[in-house]
Amino acid sequence: MADVSTNSPRLILTDTNFRLWLPLFWIGLIAAAALFAPLIAPQDPLAQDLMMERLPPFFMEGSEPGYWLGTDSLGRDVLSRIIYGARIALFVSLIAATTTGIFGSALGLIAGYYGGWADRVISRLVDIWMAFPPVLFAVLLVAVMGTGLGSVIAAIALIDWTRFARVIRAETMVQARMDYVDSARIGGARRAATLVSEILPNVMPSIIALLMLEMGIAVIVEAILSFVNLSISSDDPTWGSMIAEGRGAIHFAWWVLLFPLIALFMTVLSFSTLGEGLKQHFDPVLK
Amino acid sequence: MNQMTHPTPPALFSIRDLRLSFADRAHKPLFGPAPRVEVLKGLSLDIPEGRITGIVGESGSGKSTFGRILVRLLAPESGQVLFDGKDIGALDEAALRPLRRDLQMIFQDPMSSLNPRHRVWRIIAQPMKRYGRGGDRAAAITALEKVGLSAQFADRYPHELSGGQRQRVGIARAIALEPRFILADEIVSGLDVSSQAQVLSLLADLARDMGLTLAFISHDLSVIRHLCDTVVVLHHGEIVDQGPVEDVFEHPQSAITKSLLSAIPRPEMDESWWDDMSEPA
Repeated sequence: MADVSTNSPRLILTDTNFRLWLPLFWIGLIAAAALFAPLIAPQDPLAQDLMMERLPPFFMEGSEPGYWLGTDSLGRDVLSRIIYGARIALFVSLIAATTTGIFGSALGLIAGYYGGWADRVISRLVDIWMAFPPVLFAVLLVAVMGTGLGSVIAAIALIDWTRFARVIRAETMVQARMDYVDSARIGGARRAATLVSEILPNVMPSIIALLMLEMGIAVIVEAILSFVNLSISSDDPTWGSMIAEGRGAIHFAWWVLLFPLIALFMTVLSFSTLGEGLKQHFDPVLK
Repeated sequence: MNQMTHPTPPALFSIRDLRLSFADRAHKPLFGPAPRVEVLKGLSLDIPEGRITGIVGESGSGKSTFGRILVRLLAPESGQVLFDGKDIGALDEAALRPLRRDLQMIFQDPMSSLNPRHRVWRIIAQPMKRYGRGGDRAAAITALEKVGLSAQFADRYPHELSGGQRQRVGIARAIALEPRFILADEIVSGLDVSSQAQVLSLLADLARDMGLTLAFISHDLSVIRHLCDTVVVLHHGEIVDQGPVEDVFEHPQSAITKSLLSAIPRPEMDESWWDDMSEPA
């Protein structure tokens, strides 16, 4: 690793950028669907039509043009509902993961760098927090705060900050022992400045990887809360509520369950793969 | 390095009865405090201004710990550490900060002492900026050129440099602040022999040209002999020998110094080798 040229163009399809571009493609697709939902969706996602109920997807007999992935028990178009559901899934994952990440990483950095009482208090808090079963905790929080998008986001941030705090604390402790931290002290840096400008850039790849993982988790938590009807009102289509409705109809309309499930699965998988890919891509040493 | 014009230059550091011990947590009893391990047992010495002082000793002799007290990464437990008349041992971090420009350090492992996320020019320029001594890209390049690295290295990351180049960046960072004192802690022990020679001769040239006061920690006496004016030999936290390099090397006072000296590989043939060869193995 002594002689890596600085600006070599990377045209070869390596394992790393494969892991970067494939999930980026899927997330881009979902993001485009979310942004331009009214333009893309072939049908109104809320329009019920009992004459069109449980239409099969396009490749099966009895399908109707314009209803590509079939319809559910109320005659609503599955594809259009998945497209509109992407809006809520992405919005929740973006806001919830960022909030969780900032809050959890800040506590992890403080605990890992300052040690002593700060570390003891934060670490015990993490231990106590993690003793709660996360899904029950989420259901409890939403039940107390009331349903709605804000409650879902707050519940995710309140539960999952421990993931960031734990990992970033450990990573910070490793970095704080490196000589460059002493160098910064010799170079006249204040402690807080050392944390922000020396240690944080070295911990950043881990934060980004965790952030992506957290976005996937946020999509799942939102789906779980929708599944048990604790997310947002049923007027807005969400992947979780579609899965809940599809579950009841699985024996005669499996597509109502399967397609939102695939969308959810692919999105969560893409986020976690993207996290790993980004970590490697932005690491100047691994690169 | 023969600065014989001033036979007794003023002392930059005056150290009196310096002591330090660490808590030995591995042997801590269930109740009560952990036993203390004495690392430095009452060191007293002067470090002359404008000279290179060698600090030698085996590993575990306390030489790196002593060095870290000189640049105040560690605080002494008792005793005086006078730097230019001020007892830096007793100052807190806020009071030390303005003094730190004059107490620079070059680290043993440049891979770990240069932040892997920062470009070379930023590593050099940031301390300059903090002390209000410029700190733009051009100033960093000037410092790089002083250590024999061209401007094209300014935008590289540390992992894109060789070991010798990294150590040159470490030197550039220290000298860019024009400090009154630089601690060099085993700075060539991680380098191959040819880079060692280059880094050492660079340091010797810089010390002469800039009139630097250097403390050079090493376990390699041949390096000390080449570079230093005076030498201090440490053993188990105590000074066993000190004085001008020639005196200590020609007339070692302690058994420790003699054994360290005998460990230097000598290029010339030794007559006694022939005796060994004649005996059956």
